[in-house]
Amino acid sequence: MDDLASAPDRGGPAQPLLTLTGLVKHFPLKGGLFGRTRAVVRAVDGVSFAVAKGETLGIVGESGCGKSTTARLLMRLIDPDAGSMIFNGEPVGESEQAGGIALRDYRRQVQMVFQDSYASLNPRLPIEESIAFGPRVHGLPAAEAVQRARELLAAVGLAPESFARRYPHELSGGQRQRVNIARALALRPRLVILDEPVSALDKSVEAQVLNLLVDLKEGFGLTYVFISHDLNVVQYISDRVLVMYLGEVVEMGPVEAIYDRAAHPYTRALLDSRPSMDPARRRTRPPLTGDPPNPVNPPSGCRFRTRCPSAEEVCAARKPRMAALGGGHVAACHMADPGSGHSRAGAALEAAA
Amino acid sequence: MSAALDQPAARPAAAARPLVRVRDLHVTFATRERTVHAVNGVDLDLAAGEVLCILGESGSGKSVTMRALMRLLPRFARISGAIEVAGRDVAAMNERELADFRGGEVAMIFQEPMTALDPVFTIGRQIAETVQRHEGASRQAAEARALELLELVQIPSAKRRLAAYPHELSGGLRQRAMIAVALACRPKLLLADEPTTALDATVQIQVLLLLRELQRELGMGVIFVTHDLGVAGEIADRVAVMYAGRVVEEGPVGALMAAPLHPYPQGLLGATVHPGMRGRRLTTIPGAPPLLDVVAPGCAFPPRCPHAEEACLAAVPAMRSPAPGRRARCLRVPDGDVS
Ligand SMILES: Nc1ncnc2c1ncn2[C@@H]1O[C@H](COP(=O)(O)OP(=O)(O)OP(=O)(O)O)[C@@H](O)[C@H]1O
Ligand SMILES: Nc1ncnc2c1ncn2[C@@H]1O[C@H](COP(=O)(O)OP(=O)(O)OP(=O)(O)O)[C@@H](O)[C@H]1O
Ligand code: SF4
Ligand code: SF4
Ligand SMILES: [Mg+2]
Ligand SMILES: [Mg+2]
Repeated sequence: MDDLASAPDRGGPAQPLLTLTGLVKHFPLKGGLFGRTRAVVRAVDGVSFAVAKGETLGIVGESGCGKSTTARLLMRLIDPDAGSMIFNGEPVGESEQAGGIALRDYRRQVQMVFQDSYASLNPRLPIEESIAFGPRVHGLPAAEAVQRARELLAAVGLAPESFARRYPHELSGGQRQRVNIARALALRPRLVILDEPVSALDKSVEAQVLNLLVDLKEGFGLTYVFISHDLNVVQYISDRVLVMYLGEVVEMGPVEAIYDRAAHPYTRALLDSRPSMDPARRRTRPPLTGDPPNPVNPPSGCRFRTRCPSAEEVCAARKPRMAALGGGHVAACHMADPGSGHSRAGAALEAAA
Repeated sequence: MSAALDQPAARPAAAARPLVRVRDLHVTFATRERTVHAVNGVDLDLAAGEVLCILGESGSGKSVTMRALMRLLPRFARISGAIEVAGRDVAAMNERELADFRGGEVAMIFQEPMTALDPVFTIGRQIAETVQRHEGASRQAAEARALELLELVQIPSAKRRLAAYPHELSGGLRQRAMIAVALACRPKLLLADEPTTALDATVQIQVLLLLRELQRELGMGVIFVTHDLGVAGEIADRVAVMYAGRVVEEGPVGALMAAPLHPYPQGLLGATVHPGMRGRRLTTIPGAPPLLDVVAPGCAFPPRCPHAEEACLAAVPAMRSPAPGRRARCLRVPDGDVS
C-alpha cells in the first residue's frame, strides 16, 4: 500500500500471530510508614494463550479478574513480571540479532481501542490530525499522513469532507469511537485489542460499530482481541472465547463449545447469569452467590473453590491443570481431568463429547 | 394535553392515587454557551408497589427526569410541569420538607456507588446516621437497624462489614451497601439510575434479584433507569421508552418487548444483539440521536425513522393507545382503545 505498510507475514497461517506463555503481572500495594510494599495484587497470574491469525478472540470474566491488565500487557503498555510473548514467530522485546522484534516495531503492529471514547482523543486536535499523528511519528510525510487519515475516516463511515476538521467534542459517542478505531488502524496494525469498545455506546449505535468492526477486519486482514462484559456481543463477534477468573485462564475454546458445552463451573454460572429477555421466564435465584476472593491472597488449589457448588477436597489441595476436551476446548477444572481424583472427574469430558 | 392521558389504562392500582404523577415536565439547561432541552413534556405514572423501567438512548433525559423527581437539579435548570410524589407537590416543598422527603419517602441509587457513599465513614455509621436523622432513633437502635439492613441486602458477614469503609468492599458489595443506605428509612419510592450497568453478569443478576425481592417485601414503588432491554425484562412491570426528552412509548413489559409500537423501540429491539445472531449482519438504526439545542416542532425521530413522512414534522404526535395499557407517540399507531 505504501512505505508504512503492514509487516510481512511469517510462518504461514498455522503459526499463531501471538503466543503468550506464563504471563505474570503483580501490582504492589504500598502501605505503612515508609511506603513499603505490604502485599501484591495478583492481577495476572500465569496466563498462557495464543491468538491465531485472522481470528477474533473474546475475553470475558468477572470485574477485576485481570482482563484489562492482560490487554495492557499485550500492548506492552506495562511490562510483565514474568513470562514470554512471541509475535509472528519473533520474541517480543529481544534484539534483532537474537531473532526478536523490538518493542517499537511491535507497538506499531498492535493497537488498542479503549472503552472511553473521549479520554483517548486529544481535545485540542481536529480528528484528522489525531489520526495522522501516529503515522507521522513513525516517519510518514505530513501530507501522506493526512491523506491516510482521510481514507480511514471514510472507511469508518465518517465522510472526511464534513468530519475531518471537527474536534472530539463536536462528535457523538459513537462517532468518537469510530475515530478511535480509525486511529488504531492508522499504523496498519495486524492485531487490534478492543477493551470494552462498545460498552459506553448507545444500543442503537453499538450495532453500527459492531458491523463496522466486522467489515474492517475483512478489509484490512485484522486479528482482534475483544474484551467485554456483554456475553451476547462476545458470542456474536468471537471465533474463540477465553474465560478468566481471579488472574487466571479457567476455560478457552471455540465460541460454540464455550456457549453450548461450558465445562468450567464458573463459565456456566457466568453464562447462566445473562438476563433472559423474556419477562415470562425470569430468573428466581442467582447462578453465582458470594463474593470474589481477594486477589491479594487467592485460595489454594482451584481459585474458584470458595464459590463452586462442586468443590471437593482435591480442589483445595491441588491446582487443576488445563485439561483438553477436544477441538481446542480446554478447561482448568478437576472435573474435566479424568485422572484428578475428583469424584466427578471425566463427567465433563463425556458431556463435551 | 391529549385525552389519552386521562385514560385509566389497565393498571392494577389505577383507581387509587398513584405514587408518582408527572405531567408535562420540561427541563432546560441554559448557559452562555448553549441551551440543552433535556426533557420536553414527560408524563409518568407509577402505582404504589409497581416497578417501572425507563429505557432509552444516552442523553434522552432519563437521569434528568429522575433528578427532577427529587428536585436534585442544578439551580440554573429551568423546570416546568407538575410533579406529585405520594400526594405531595414536590415543587412546593421548602428546604426542610425537601430534606425530610429525600432519604425519607424517596431514595435514590446510582451507577457509581462511590458518589452516594462517604469514603471517610464506615458503612455501619452511614446507615445509622441516616436512620437517626430521619427517624430520630437512638444511636443504639440505629446501629441495630444498620445490621438488619446489611443482612436484608444479603451482605455476607454483615456484622463484620458494618466496620468496613466503602473502598474496602468489592463493586457488588458496594452496590448492596448503597442499597442498604437507600432503604434505611423504608422509602415508598426508590429511584434507581443504572445501578447495575458497571457490573459483570454474575453480580448484575444478584443485584437485580435482590432489588426485586426487597421491592416486593417492602411494597416499594421503583423507577429503574437502564438502557439494557434484558435488565428491563428481569425486573420491570411496565416500561417507558424515552427519546430526545419525551416518552415515546409506554406499556406492560411483556407486550412492549414482544411487539413495540413505536419505530424507535422497534429499531432498538432489532439492533440488540441476541444469542444466535452470529454471522448475520446486525440491523442498525441509521444516524445518531439529535442534538438537543432546539426542540423540533414535530416528532424527533424522522431523520432515523424508516416510516417518516411530511406529517411527522408538523406537530408532536399525541399519545395514541391502540390497546388497553399501551400507548405510543407515533402517527402510524392507530388510536383504537376507546375504553
Ligand atoms: N495500577 C494498578 N495498581 C494496583 N492494582 C491494580 C492496578 N491495575 C489493576 N489493578 C488490580 O488488578 C486487578 C485486575 O484489574 P483489571 O483492571 O485488569 O480487571 P478487569 O478484568 O479489566 O476488570 P473490569 O471488568 O472491571 O474492567 C484488580 O484487582 C485491580 O484492582
Ligand atoms: N447539569 C447539566 N447541565 C447541562 N446539561 C445537562 C446537565 N445534566 C444533563 N444535561 C444534558 O441533558 C441531556 C439529558 O441528560 P440525561 O443525563 O438525562 O441523559 P440520560 O438519558 O440519563 O443518558 P445516559 O443514558 O447517557 O445516562 C443531555 O444532553 C445532557 O448533556
Ligand atoms: S476444580 Fe473443583 S472447585 Fe475448581 S471449578 Fe472444578 S470442581 Fe469447582
Ligand atoms: S411520527 Fe413519523 S417519524 Fe415519528 S416515529 Fe412515527 S412514523 Fe416515525
Ligand atoms: Mg477492564
Ligand atoms: Mg443517565
